[in-house]
Amino acid sequence: MKHVQASLIGNLGQPFLFLLAMGFGLGRTIPEIEGLTYLQFIAPGLVASAVMYSAAFEATYGSYTRLSTQGTFDGILMTPVNVSQLAMGEILWGATKGLISGLIMLAAMPLFGVIPSLWIVLVIPVLMIAGILFASMGIVMTATASNYEYFNYFTSLLITPFFLFSGIFFSLSSIQGPVAPVLRCLPLTGVVNISRGLAYGRLSSDLLFDLLFLLGYTLLFLLLAIRLMERRLVQ
Amino acid sequence: MITAIQEREAHTDTGQSYEKPVLVIQGLVKAFGNRRAIDGLDLILERGSCLALLGPNGAGKTTTIRAILGLVRPTSGSIAVFGLDHNTNLAAIKARIGVVPQMDNLDPDLTVLENLLVYASYFRMDRSLARERAEELLDFLALRNRRDEIIQNLSGGQRRRILLARSLINRPELLILDEPTVGLDPQARFLIWERLLNLQAKGTTMLLTSHYMEEVSRLSSQVVIMEQGKKIASGSPDEIVSSMIGTEVIEMEASDLELERLREKLQGCHVSLEPVGNGKIFIYVHEECSEIRELLSSSRRLLKRPATLEDLFLRLTGRDLRES
Repeated sequence: MKHVQASLIGNLGQPFLFLLAMGFGLGRTIPEIEGLTYLQFIAPGLVASAVMYSAAFEATYGSYTRLSTQGTFDGILMTPVNVSQLAMGEILWGATKGLISGLIMLAAMPLFGVIPSLWIVLVIPVLMIAGILFASMGIVMTATASNYEYFNYFTSLLITPFFLFSGIFFSLSSIQGPVAPVLRCLPLTGVVNISRGLAYGRLSSDLLFDLLFLLGYTLLFLLLAIRLMERRLVQ
Repeated sequence: MITAIQEREAHTDTGQSYEKPVLVIQGLVKAFGNRRAIDGLDLILERGSCLALLGPNGAGKTTTIRAILGLVRPTSGSIAVFGLDHNTNLAAIKARIGVVPQMDNLDPDLTVLENLLVYASYFRMDRSLARERAEELLDFLALRNRRDEIIQNLSGGQRRRILLARSLINRPELLILDEPTVGLDPQARFLIWERLLNLQAKGTTMLLTSHYMEEVSRLSSQVVIMEQGKKIASGSPDEIVSSMIGTEVIEMEASDLELERLREKLQGCHVSLEPVGNGKIFIYVHEECSEIRELLSSSRRLLKRPATLEDLFLRLTGRDLRES
């Protein structure tokens, strides 16, 4: 239980602090974006990012510990459980941790004066899918890692850019030029759009597109994660 | 010498055994790049027997075990367990196997009981059944008063016992023991041996790897010595020692010149001489003879003792320390 507490606080710290610093601090000097206060604008995206952080960290640092130092995977594979079941289990666990972080963020939103619409209930399955996506990405890294330092690539080159450039902090519609489609295609962008859309009841067909995109990414990384785990664990 | 044993083994293999062997490995090869970790291995493990795989580090013992568990894909050859083909029935096979791994992979954050219960769940075992068996195993391995202790707080001997308890949770027909008592004190080791003999008496088949020759002599009915992925000798422990090494060993000191003289003198005897370094020689006695008796009654300082598996092991795999 202590571990759960520590990892939740660790993974939730960042989005909460950003909500405080950017929403309350910076937000007061920023005009409304898309008809929302800055705090309102960033809050749903930070829920999505909380899912990403928790799922990705569990599936890298957590899973890698079980794979290497604790030898847990070796132990499990001595039983009838096979590698793809094991990989699926790890991914679902990472996704569950991600979802829990996301739900806590979501539940905390009214404390910051952000009252979401009822549509927000629909975001829960979307957050679970996002959890599966980022846990799968984490497992891809775990399956190819030879030490913990390797995960620095993952956090610095993928997770942090996703956090900063997926439209959590600024409106992507204001971005022009060749960089626009790149940002549009980041895997977190769709989750941020859907979360914001459902939070304020602003539904559009774009969200459906975002959802399909998210499902595609998830399936791709899920299969890749299982494949690479097979290669890692069965010589 | 080796061929004689192989012939005899071929005899027993084709002998009148009506029950299917638990494990049949044929022509197993596993190559990692250019290196062959297993190089054409044949093994037969009869129901109710205990086969020990011996060999220096890197001989391919653990790779063989991993291949049986499907964690190493054979380059060629076949493995059948319980008469089932390995490729198509892996999960069904593993449901009937228990493994005590070389490396402690208990979950350090869970209690002893939780470790057993979580492990049982991987076999899709009914919760109440798992609980019942776990409690039973805690008694069997004298772990009752450690039941709710976190693994992190336990000694090496206790952890090894928990690993054994865990491996028995599915009542395995085949128990694979990869150095089950490595690093333990004599008391802890003895307790594990005693429990393993108890299981053997109840008919559990075992595949053992160990570097403790005493452990092998006590537990196994058949020994296979491996080197560089190949089987270089096999047979029952006593049989294999007496036929390949002799019944007794005489340890003595002798210079090179004395060694030559001794060689000439003992020419008519059924013995073999081996310089083992530091001016020491071992004389392996296959059959007593007058020259040996004469040597023993001389005033020289020497030690006569029964030949052991350790002698055979060192003789076959060399006395030099290898880097692996």
